[in-house]
Amino acid sequence: MSVAIRPAVAEAPWVRRFVIGAAVLSLALLLLLPLLAVFTEALRRGLAPALAAIVEPDALAAVRLTLLVAAIAVPVNTLGGIAAAWAISKFDFPGRRVLVTLIELPFSVSPVISGLVWVLLFGSQGWFGPWLEARDVRIVFALPGLVLATLFVTFPFVARTLLPLMQEQGRAEEEAAATLGASGLQTFRHVTLPNIKWALLAGVLLCNARAMGEFGAVAVVSGHIRGETNTMPLHVEILYNEYQFVGAFAVAALLALLALVTLLAKGALEWLTGRRQGVETP
Amino acid sequence: MSTAGIAGLSPAAVPAGRRRAWPRSALPGLRPTLGLTLLWLSLLVLLPLTGLLLRPWEIGLDGVWRVVTEPRALAALRLSFGAAILAALIDLPLGLLVAWALVRYRFPGRRLLDAMVDLPFALPTAVAGLALVALYAPNGWLGAPLSAIGVQVAYSRAGVVMALIFVGLPFVVRTLEPVLLDLPGEAEEAAATLGATRLQTLRHVVLPAVAPALLTGFSLAFARAVGEYGSVIFIAGNTPMVSEIAPLVIVTRLEQYDYAGAAAIGLTMLACSFLLLLLLNLFGRRLRPRTA
Repeated sequence: MSVAIRPAVAEAPWVRRFVIGAAVLSLALLLLLPLLAVFTEALRRGLAPALAAIVEPDALAAVRLTLLVAAIAVPVNTLGGIAAAWAISKFDFPGRRVLVTLIELPFSVSPVISGLVWVLLFGSQGWFGPWLEARDVRIVFALPGLVLATLFVTFPFVARTLLPLMQEQGRAEEEAAATLGASGLQTFRHVTLPNIKWALLAGVLLCNARAMGEFGAVAVVSGHIRGETNTMPLHVEILYNEYQFVGAFAVAALLALLALVTLLAKGALEWLTGRRQGVETP
Repeated sequence: MSTAGIAGLSPAAVPAGRRRAWPRSALPGLRPTLGLTLLWLSLLVLLPLTGLLLRPWEIGLDGVWRVVTEPRALAALRLSFGAAILAALIDLPLGLLVAWALVRYRFPGRRLLDAMVDLPFALPTAVAGLALVALYAPNGWLGAPLSAIGVQVAYSRAGVVMALIFVGLPFVVRTLEPVLLDLPGEAEEAAATLGATRLQTLRHVVLPAVAPALLTGFSLAFARAVGEYGSVIFIAGNTPMVSEIAPLVIVTRLEQYDYAGAAAIGLTMLACSFLLLLLLNLFGRRLRPRTA
């Protein structure tokens, strides 16, 4: 391994040590220290107050709401992502590149704008606002708005993880199955799915992490009604603004744990498949 | 690409004249999956974005102009774009350093370091914001020594840049890693054989090869940073005209039920950042090596 990667020309040992040291130090300062700060602040007065802040009714309501929103948004975007990846990778039709660009569009939209667009549609002065109000249907400042905003920000994750892999894998196996008389769904279940299952899992994990951790987009559509439309990240903000620092950092630590578990699972999947699972590079 | 009769044959084996642009695939399922994709995309992305595109003009062109050029909005836009560009620029050498160490050297803890790079992707932005405040507040771990030497990071523009460096760094590292990995060692060896010093080799052989990736990394870090909200608002202090970012101005306008004004600033942000990304993309094409 090292023979293949290390070029014959290399830096002097002291340069090498300096570069490694500088890289480790900057990542420790920039990334690790903030993470440590969250846990330290959460446990500043010991474990009991931190746990109390998490099992308090408003916090529990926030946890439940976060889970509910993710439970709706993640499957929808998973289904859409699979359909899009199948259509784009297994068929040739004009406009495929445009379609990919449009699917990735939400990644380059500010979270606040991702919430704003739904308020423009369904808010009290939105296009459909008065119509909905007359029928007593609430979308903004209620669960549907939170779900829609989350759907928008997590839209590309699954498609983005599946597409490069499915394009690389080609169509030969699926075509063989179809020639042998398998239906579309059978082909997908028995041929495609086993090939993409780990990438799919990685995409779903990343999608879920973003869905549960999203702040800006849901902040715009939530209305911040405690115990009703507050997701966990929003609950963190409210506690912080009320100077309940231990509580804010305790809930934040719970979210940080979710991030760590996601990273760990993603790392395990990479190790399992020998392939980087990511949505970061276009 | 291949027709039903010769399923499994690689596309290259099919005579060019028989290939068709429109699908003649052996596979079923184009219509339902493409239909589902278009429905999903239209309802969840295109329809809401249409609102953003159309609503600002309710107050007319001069209305939009007034909203966007109002001093507070202008200051916020300038801060969002300026801080995002500055943070992405700082991310470049940092990201290059980290990517170089991760790809070129083997050392204990390398895999852990590699996994850590993704932290800003996975960490919810509100948590990142809170963490940065805890660190850089005047009594924080880093804030206390910094304020002792007269540097204030929290509740200032420096805090905004700090948060944006945090969210942008993985984009640069992850874009550079595969490029550094694929860099042919032979080119560097040849340069060394021809008498170039290591530094000359890095400057004339390695740097031009990674330049397009640096530009892509910059674009991605910038695109993420310019609209960033959660990790910024805690540490910024949000003083109007000083440390207030554009997304916050949108939120404030919405809270006052000024939908058109909020949409106008949102559309301006999107338009400006797309324009900048387009220019970077065009510039990137000129950077790419001319030989295939």
